[in-house]
Amino acid sequence: MRIALKKESESMKQTITFNLNGESVQVEIEPHLTLLQVLRDKLELIGTKEGCGRGECGACTVLLDGRAINSCIFPAMEADGRNVTTIEGLTDSRGSLHPIQKAFIEYGAIQCGFCTPGMVLSAKALLDENPKPTEEEIRHGIAGNLCRCTGYLQIVQAIKAASNQ
Amino acid sequence: MKKFEYLKPKTLEEALTLFAQHGRKAKWVAGGTDVFVMIKQKTMAPDVLISLRGIPGLDQIKFNGSLTIGPMVTHRAIEKSEVVRKKFSALADATDFLGSVQIRNVATIGGNICTAAPSADTATPLLVLGAQVKIKSLKEERSFSIEEFFKAPGETILKPGELVQELLIPKLPPHTGSAYHKLQRRLALDLPILGVSVLLSLDKNKVTCSDMLCTTSPISSILHRMEADEIVCKEVKIALGVAAPTPMRAVKAEALLRGKKLSDELLEEVAETAAKEAQPRDTARGEAWYRRDMIRVLVKRMAMKSIERVLQPEETVFPERLW
Repeated sequence: MRIALKKESESMKQTITFNLNGESVQVEIEPHLTLLQVLRDKLELIGTKEGCGRGECGACTVLLDGRAINSCIFPAMEADGRNVTTIEGLTDSRGSLHPIQKAFIEYGAIQCGFCTPGMVLSAKALLDENPKPTEEEIRHGIAGNLCRCTGYLQIVQAIKAASNQ
Repeated sequence: MKKFEYLKPKTLEEALTLFAQHGRKAKWVAGGTDVFVMIKQKTMAPDVLISLRGIPGLDQIKFNGSLTIGPMVTHRAIEKSEVVRKKFSALADATDFLGSVQIRNVATIGGNICTAAPSADTATPLLVLGAQVKIKSLKEERSFSIEEFFKAPGETILKPGELVQELLIPKLPPHTGSAYHKLQRRLALDLPILGVSVLLSLDKNKVTCSDMLCTTSPISSILHRMEADEIVCKEVKIALGVAAPTPMRAVKAEALLRGKKLSDELLEEVAETAAKEAQPRDTARGEAWYRRDMIRVLVKRMAMKSIERVLQPEETVFPERLW
């Protein structure tokens, strides 16, 4: 049997190419990195947050081909050739906020703001799939995003308001 | 985080050959929602991860009477599948509350059964649905029932270098309904305290008492009406999760009901027997006595939900009755 192990120093960097917020990016990475590490540390997009680091709090939520995922446990190598949307990608070309972000501000759905990028992206994925969700569907849709400030009520109201636009 | 190589084979053969080259230093990765957490927690330390995501065809659900599910099908795809929801309902129930949307978009059914946690949400639905697991290695292809697949907590029948190639659920008899209940402290991102799946095949789906299912009458009075309709339970399967070291079938309880007329007394006895058959433990998530008590309650409720699904397969009752 051929054992093809390499010493750490020889560990081969790999190049991945993906569409990030509408622009193609190419980045050289070590293959063990998570998508979150690549976004924050290599591409310096620090809007995406690291909370628990194990897929339970949703602070690191990004959209992969339009679907919400936890980037803290998603291998960066699997982003190759895909579309990634982070919170930085929600503003339009003139820099104005997405209707969901405006609704979050209007309804006071933000306090410390740490969960907000992930919460907004989960809301976007939900509304893109189901433009008129019931309150129960909203709660089920954002169940993977923990907020320790608001008690969720304002967040649910904001998403409901955004869905009516 | 520990460094490792990440390989992305394009075919099953290439994946199996890579595994053979790297030996025990390699681990398979499907969605990675367990693997990456285990690497971060240092309970797994692979030098090489071999990803199955790029292999075409492993993420398909196909239905032609029987149902084939590729191991790379995500829980989200199962949750959204009309045919699974209608005909293999217990499996759809299991995906509704597994993890979160983010986890379900990535985590796969193959990964769920290969991690082989006693609490795996898809395990007991697959048990009652009679799933077969097709396994492939470089040398051979093998096929096992899902009962044989689970060996111990975290351990399956898979040998190093083997892969789950496909899950197959055979065509179900007519008038069959199934249901799964996940007993949990919160409605997302929680492991079950207990998981209970029931599948029932009845001898008919037209009965005079089906209206009763839309009412808030107690279960016992509904069952009393059913006795008058003489509904025979032709096939029954009951499976319990977190009730033993591996997901288990409650075969003694099943035997009591198979071929018998439905009645309140009989369902009570079946549920009681299932509770006695289980071997739950005291854990931080729940104590053994509580699990046993809830098996008794939930086996009966899931039997009722299965019956409801047979008798009113197309109708939605609102508000949905909480079985």
